[in-house]
Amino acid sequence: MIAITTNTIDPDHLRRELFDAGAGAYCSFEGWIRNENEGQSVLRLEYEAYEPLALTEGEKILAEAQRQFPYLHAHCVHRTGMLEIGECAVWVGVSSAHRDEAFQACRYIIDQLKVRLPIWKKEHYVDGHSGWVNCERCAKSA
Amino acid sequence: MKAITVRYFAMFREHAGVDEESLRIDASTAADVFAATQHRHGSSEPSGHCKVAINDVMADWDSPVSDGDTVLLFPPVAGG
Repeated sequence: MIAITTNTIDPDHLRRELFDAGAGAYCSFEGWIRNENEGQSVLRLEYEAYEPLALTEGEKILAEAQRQFPYLHAHCVHRTGMLEIGECAVWVGVSSAHRDEAFQACRYIIDQLKVRLPIWKKEHYVDGHSGWVNCERCAKSA
Repeated sequence: MKAITVRYFAMFREHAGVDEESLRIDASTAADVFAATQHRHGSSEPSGHCKVAINDVMADWDSPVSDGDTVLLFPPVAGG
């Protein structure tokens, strides 16, 4: 399941949804808003998504991860709107029978969603300026 | 000439000054539509860094466009 939300991400709540009697492993990733990027002091970040395609592309990524690293359950939630330093922008959680699948599926999902989902972020800097962030890996793979 | 609705996102929306607009252009592919909008708004982002969708389905730059299509132009993405 993938979701786009303007609400605060609650990892404890999301984690409980992955419980399964057959799961011996759980792995999660949280992406946080940090206060610096490329030498500039960041005040906050603003995320924008095109939700219809973010959801369909996200489901494709989860299905690809399932085929490569069979897991029991996987969820992903991405924030939109204005986020402050320290807030969680994206959360990925995977439960599986054994740890390898959980680690690898989690890594695959976060890596793919960063370069494929129609989501953009604008940094607002301490000096009052702002700018859209270009995904470096997208540019390199283009 | 084809009637194409173009939707802009993030930095493209700021460059264009609108969320979407209807154009009548001589375009065969998504790349033609992108080039026409860049000329129209004076931007120069290489298409290789960007993504495109036609009628809410992800497409390639050489995908054909038809009269009445909606073309969505996505600048370089940066989720996470």
